[in-house]
Amino acid sequence: MTHDHRHHDHDHDHSHLSEVELRVRALETIFVEKGYVDPRTLDVIIDLYENKLGPRNGARVIAKAWADAGYREWLLKDGTAAIASLGYTGRQGEHITVVENTPDVHNVVVCTLCSCYPWPVLGLPPSWYKSAAYRSRVVIDPRGILSEFGLALPESTTVRVWDSTSEMRYLVLPRRPAATEGWSEEDLAALVNRDSMIGTREATPASEKPGELAHGH
Amino acid sequence: MNGIHDMGGMQCFGPIAVEPPDSPPFHGEWERRMFALNFALGGLGLWTLDMARAEMEATPPDQYMLGDDYFRRWALRLERFALKFDLVKEDEFAAGCSLRPPREGLKPALAPDVVPELAAKGKSTARSVSQSALFKIGDVVRARDLNPEHHTRQPRYIRGRTGKIVGVYGAHVFPDTNSVGREDPQWLYAVSFSGRALWGPDADPTLEVVVDCWEPYLDAAG
Repeated sequence: MTHDHRHHDHDHDHSHLSEVELRVRALETIFVEKGYVDPRTLDVIIDLYENKLGPRNGARVIAKAWADAGYREWLLKDGTAAIASLGYTGRQGEHITVVENTPDVHNVVVCTLCSCYPWPVLGLPPSWYKSAAYRSRVVIDPRGILSEFGLALPESTTVRVWDSTSEMRYLVLPRRPAATEGWSEEDLAALVNRDSMIGTREATPASEKPGELAHGH
Repeated sequence: MNGIHDMGGMQCFGPIAVEPPDSPPFHGEWERRMFALNFALGGLGLWTLDMARAEMEATPPDQYMLGDDYFRRWALRLERFALKFDLVKEDEFAAGCSLRPPREGLKPALAPDVVPELAAKGKSTARSVSQSALFKIGDVVRARDLNPEHHTRQPRYIRGRTGKIVGVYGAHVFPDTNSVGREDPQWLYAVSFSGRALWGPDADPTLEVVVDCWEPYLDAAG
């Protein structure tokens, strides 16, 4: 389909907008004018998925599992319920399986067919997770991809890739960094970076713990 | 449908554009608006998750891959849905504004105050079924060599390959039929394939790939 005559769109000068920006502008304008969409709803959706749901939720789950053996056991047995107990539920996270990294097994999550990702605990996926490069190659050459993230695993480690083809979502429980004995859950959570819960990195070492300003956005 | 979206195993897309682990989900205002529009229009209840996936997979391959632009794909899909469900006419896209009254008989637009509840509730695909599961953990299975023209969640790279059941997830809505409006729930399994079963003798010997498979994707083997 061709949309060649966007210049009728209101009285604004949209000449600086790209093709896709014009498409999205037209969709929003038409849907709002026809009453299919309440513009205030759009703002609420954006705020929810940009600011309220995000990897800090998942980090809290992981930190609790590191600090509390009973919770860890529950999380690995019934991820959905254990995660819901912390208040993280819903869309794109109705069913969650947690897979644990050990010295022998490293887990990595992908959706080769689209972009399935556990929204309640990680928010929306980063661009690379949705890219053709990642979706295609991680099931055939995960070590190659991990090396691009700077992660080199021992040759003997099993690399287990989870392809999210169903509505089951996968969350990686990364290994707890060394020298964190006795840390509070809050301090531990600061070491749980987003990519470590996808499996393309490890948790942040204790010596590199981000300061309050660095992760307080 | 054997489409461009089914990418597992391709090696032609180059290195990953790695970002820092705190990179944002949106890279521009139009991506925010696109995400929210998709969410809000979904609230009208005109299409299911699998209908939306099937529609995405119907994107012409050159358009699907243009810039590997994820949210642009969403825009193209929403345009097609809007035409298909008679929400908008082609000339209105051309004009960039509404030229006629809205389609009648729709649910009211999603209200802002119901969004958090809707998001937190989600929509489980688990269903009770009368038939019992055909497979159990440890069973050896072979992925059927299916090449349907309709939507499926069986990726090409497992077809004909042998794996092992490592999880039984209960019965879930079956995407192949849900994409045309019939839930027809089926048992769902996690199936583990060795790298060598998928990619041959030169594959990484430490690789295992676990793929979720509905029962109609599988036969007993071994």
